[in-house]
Amino acid sequence: MKTIVTALGLSCLMAPAAMANKVYVSNEKGNTISVIDSETWDVVDTFHGGNRPRGITISPDGKHLYVCASDDDTVRVFDAVTYEELWTLPSGPDPELFVLHPSGNPLYIANEDDNLVTVVDTASHTVVAEIPVGVEPEGMAISPDTKYVVNTSETTNMAHFIDTSDYKIKHNVLVDQRPRYALYTDDGSKLFISSEIGGTISVIDPNAEGGPKTTTKITFEVPGVQPEWLQPVGMKVTSDNKWLFVALGPANRIAVIDVDQNEVVDYILVGQRVWQLAFTPDQKFLITTNGNSNDITIIDVDAKKAIKSVQVGEQPWGVVVAPD
Amino acid sequence: MLSLQRILTAALTFTVWAGQAHALEVKTAVLRVDYPKVLPISRLDHPVDDLGFAGAVLANEDNRTTGSFLGMEFSAEFVAAPAGEASDAMAKLLADGYDQVIVMANAEDTLSLADQAGDGVLVVNALARETALRDDQCRANLLHVVPSNAMLADTVTQFAMWKKWDRWFLIYGSNPEDTALAEDYRRSAKKFGAKLVEEREFEDTGGSRRTDTGHVLVQRQIPVFTQDARAHDVVIAADASEVFANYLPFHTWEPRPVMGSGGLRPVTIHPAHEAWGATQFHTRFEKLTKRFVREQDYQAWLALRVIGEAVIRTSSNDVAVLRNYILGDAFELAAFKGQKVTFRDWNGQLRQPVLLSDGRITISVSPQEGYLHQRSLLDSLGLDKPESRCTAFN
Repeated sequence: MKTIVTALGLSCLMAPAAMANKVYVSNEKGNTISVIDSETWDVVDTFHGGNRPRGITISPDGKHLYVCASDDDTVRVFDAVTYEELWTLPSGPDPELFVLHPSGNPLYIANEDDNLVTVVDTASHTVVAEIPVGVEPEGMAISPDTKYVVNTSETTNMAHFIDTSDYKIKHNVLVDQRPRYALYTDDGSKLFISSEIGGTISVIDPNAEGGPKTTTKITFEVPGVQPEWLQPVGMKVTSDNKWLFVALGPANRIAVIDVDQNEVVDYILVGQRVWQLAFTPDQKFLITTNGNSNDITIIDVDAKKAIKSVQVGEQPWGVVVAPD
Repeated sequence: MLSLQRILTAALTFTVWAGQAHALEVKTAVLRVDYPKVLPISRLDHPVDDLGFAGAVLANEDNRTTGSFLGMEFSAEFVAAPAGEASDAMAKLLADGYDQVIVMANAEDTLSLADQAGDGVLVVNALARETALRDDQCRANLLHVVPSNAMLADTVTQFAMWKKWDRWFLIYGSNPEDTALAEDYRRSAKKFGAKLVEEREFEDTGGSRRTDTGHVLVQRQIPVFTQDARAHDVVIAADASEVFANYLPFHTWEPRPVMGSGGLRPVTIHPAHEAWGATQFHTRFEKLTKRFVREQDYQAWLALRVIGEAVIRTSSNDVAVLRNYILGDAFELAAFKGQKVTFRDWNGQLRQPVLLSDGRITISVSPQEGYLHQRSLLDSLGLDKPESRCTAFN
């Protein structure tokens, strides 16, 4: 009851200021993309997203939506406005996560089955390079200066630092079991790696003398939740580099981390098996995909409170918000 | 200037790797003992030559990939010894300097091979499920990646209790390993509150498992065998010798589900198991072997990954260092089971979730929701610290 009141209050306050953006959610089981309006939080459209759509991102100009259709072994590219499928990109088998160069080209894709990171030119639709990495590559991040692409490998348990100029691995950092997601702060001073089975976030100084070094590891503790279920997966950090939000999978919570202190300050209860996160461009709202409750949760970033849940398709996995 | 720096960094990194490559070589042997056996009931379970080894090859490749980034050189030696020649094979491995040996043998041979290897050698059991090996027969140099029959029985029981199938009709085979398995089910029933309302022994009269149109006879035999049992919710089959359990489903006198050695079975892996990244494991395995994974393959993979993980984290190939790390709090391994697997420091058993499969898909995974434990939920499966009579790890 309390939450509903707060939610109503906040949405009344926020509604006039917020600019509407489209939120795209990939539904892994439903094989659809749900489109949500970020002002009304209504589902405004649903379209077919290929087979087993997971990783999802959008071009910087907001025109093209990239979807890892894992069971199709391809990346499908959709018109972000008409939802028409424009073309596919050669991704290698079972693409799951990728990261787009801030310029919109190229796209760096993790191929879980082939121990490869595939670099695809988004204009010519061709493979530029294939980089052998550890076993089961998964998480992908690009440094804000675009000099490095970081890939995590789930069975090798490493973060691989790939030089974007020659596609060679320059550094490897061992992290905890099953690293799922990699994320730089916007100022490039810190790199976070979430280890799902290890239950930790490795905080890495990517610019340390002699190569990237793990400076600390953040752990989680929630009363009444078995430690086994505190499994960090998706992450997002605010652009002022102050707050890191971490999806804790089957613990059904988002951890809020004070980046300076490397400490969890709060846990926000969301839907079941929370997986990936996305901010609205103004960073007022954080959207979480909750795979086992078939919904997304909207979090008020300043208040650090969940304000709303929206039903989407079956087993929502990834989320991206259109730029302004 | 920047690119020069980058090249220098690359060169330096390479030097460091190359330097380490000479420093750390890790050689592991996999010793499989092959016993004369009649062909199994189902043609799908026919023996394959690379059983177990295939999983070890995959694990070795996984370790090698990681090692390539760290300057470690992993290699594996595979030995298949006919029954009766296991001791000679072990002697040769020891003479060749192997001090980490994965053993895939029956319980008796596993114990004698561990004793033969001695304290300076780390032996990992990837096949023998007998609970005694984790109990009064435990050995300090013997770790177990394969779940014990006690763990497998508890896996079944927790699911049965979750379903409220607490009246059991236990059917067990006549061989010693079957009666031992039946005892695991009795202990498990007592632990979780199931009642054994009926017990029957199915005698192993020898002969082949299958004959042409054998199903005609089975269709008549099994109903008669299961007739007039006291009212029960489920049939539990304890058939370690694989003589009859696969005949039970659909043929019982009463229409009841079958669990245990037939019907819904506790397994360490199944080729249709997809959750928690297992699909990628299958894809790698199938690409390598052109066949589906079997439990023995996964268990051998686990054994080599346990050693690999310990080497990677400790940067050591010293058996004492590895054993301490593996049994310590810091050890953890992702094994496609949704949570880390770790070792029980009181008997060297790997804690792990266990799948329940009908042979087609994953039906459930134990531990079941609601079975709590003060240390680890996984310790609700198998011999807990106060129950185990193992003292070798003290």
